[in-house]
Amino acid sequence: MTSLRFDGVGFVYPDGTRALQGVDLSIEPGVAVAVVGQNGSGKSTLVRHLNGLFRPTEGRVLHDGRDIASSRVATLAASVGIVFQNPDRQIFASKVRDEVAFGPRILGRSAPQVAAAVDDALSVVGLRDVADENPYDLGFSRRKLLAIASVMAMGTPVLVLDEPTTGQDARGIARVRRVVADVVASGRTVIAISHDMRFVAESFGRVVVMAAGRVSLDGTPAEVFAEAAWPTLAATYLEAPYAARVGARLGLGSTPTDVALVDALVTDGQASGSGDTLSSPDPESAR
Amino acid sequence: MLELSGVSYRYAGYPDPVLHDVDLTLADGEIVGVVGANESGKSTLCLVVSGLAPGSVGGQLTGGGLSIDGQPMAGRPLHEFVTRVGIGFQNPATQLSGVTGSVFEEVALGPMNLGASRRDTVQRTRQALATLGIEGLAERAPRRLSGGQAQLVVLASLLAMRPGHLVLDEPTAQLDPEGSLLVASALRELAATGTALLVAEHKTDILEGLCTRIMALADGRTVADGAPAEVFGDARLTDWGVDPPARIRLDRLVRERGLDPAQVLP
Repeated sequence: MTSLRFDGVGFVYPDGTRALQGVDLSIEPGVAVAVVGQNGSGKSTLVRHLNGLFRPTEGRVLHDGRDIASSRVATLAASVGIVFQNPDRQIFASKVRDEVAFGPRILGRSAPQVAAAVDDALSVVGLRDVADENPYDLGFSRRKLLAIASVMAMGTPVLVLDEPTTGQDARGIARVRRVVADVVASGRTVIAISHDMRFVAESFGRVVVMAAGRVSLDGTPAEVFAEAAWPTLAATYLEAPYAARVGARLGLGSTPTDVALVDALVTDGQASGSGDTLSSPDPESAR
Repeated sequence: MLELSGVSYRYAGYPDPVLHDVDLTLADGEIVGVVGANESGKSTLCLVVSGLAPGSVGGQLTGGGLSIDGQPMAGRPLHEFVTRVGIGFQNPATQLSGVTGSVFEEVALGPMNLGASRRDTVQRTRQALATLGIEGLAERAPRRLSGGQAQLVVLASLLAMRPGHLVLDEPTAQLDPEGSLLVASALRELAATGTALLVAEHKTDILEGLCTRIMALADGRTVADGAPAEVFGDARLTDWGVDPPARIRLDRLVRERGLDPAQVLP
């Protein structure tokens, strides 16, 4: 398992555009971290530093306390698997199964290990029944799930997902949520970039908010989506999930998910004895 | 006004149609939302409405027909569609022309190809960029944009062409919430000028406040067609693979826990 650290990381593109400034982050193994922020706030640039695709122009990126500046991308790829936003930039095999097998195979896994990893990844994303089809016969959303499965099958200690729920329907989002839960349950780390605040609140233990290349908020969903943080969210054009807004309006504290909100409503109803009126704000009842 | 009546369509090389007997009327100034699970036929419907299927991707209309402003379009060449129906694909990377050096040129390409004067082209381009709040991207290279930025640039290109009908396949998929709101208001403005819009989208929260009508597809068939409140309130919506808007979702959850939404929710 790999712990990750950004130490004063800054990045300026060759054309002079500054994408990151003074980013300090420590990410321990076994957590799900969501990175959110406006388009162009530096989210994608940030995660591309994790496997050396981008090298910081200031500061350091460390894996397990070791600066990765001199490590090659090919070496780092064994620790950090990145699934890009556009699946068509990474799909190349003519069969779904071969696409998923490629990663574990080049990492030198044995044939039975490869087969097991492929089966597991395909079933989590719900693509086992199309294992022998051509990836390009699948629609965009299933190609995206395939790209996720391909990187997941590599079993890297860190899995990075760039906008994994884009274009997914309700069922697809549920599958992505399972990927996150499964990977974290195995002690590995998931880092996902997302604009879907509901997905973020429901599936992630930690939320990092980026604004203009800096980290502007960092905490649990309950902290980051609490009413006190709304002005900071608004500065990067984000809005807390609907449940959080309703909870705050009803004085129920921070209720970032539907379940947290309804639980708070039920508790609140019981506390007030009737279940039909609003009582005074009680932050403790939110979770 | 664009009309589909009883349209069935199958892709080349596949025996079974993916759209069955679909009726759709897009009146001028109307915004119709299309919802459904992935692979329920939403994207195919977008291609058929814009004439790209069968016009460009092949395949065959196995039933029904399409007319624009009362004129039957069966067998008409693709260029007759292109000038009358704009389309924005799901994946903006596939839509950028690849022949321009800057976003400004990219957006200007459409009106120029439609024969707009130089002055008119510049004015339309500026206006489209401003509507979507991306004036700052004007000098950027199209191939160096983020996914969300590319999506806004593609939309700006479409706005600059001022199409009479516009079909959008998940126009906000890669956008941040602010970008999604900008797109929604740009679409409302466009509809107010008389453009008829068809918007396929998973985000029912956006469609709820944007659309005059919602059509739900399941396995290539229309399973519901009506006012947003009616379709999004339909108990079968989740069976069709569609998440209802947050307000309706929460309403149901609250009921399931034995509370009265009218009493406990704002």
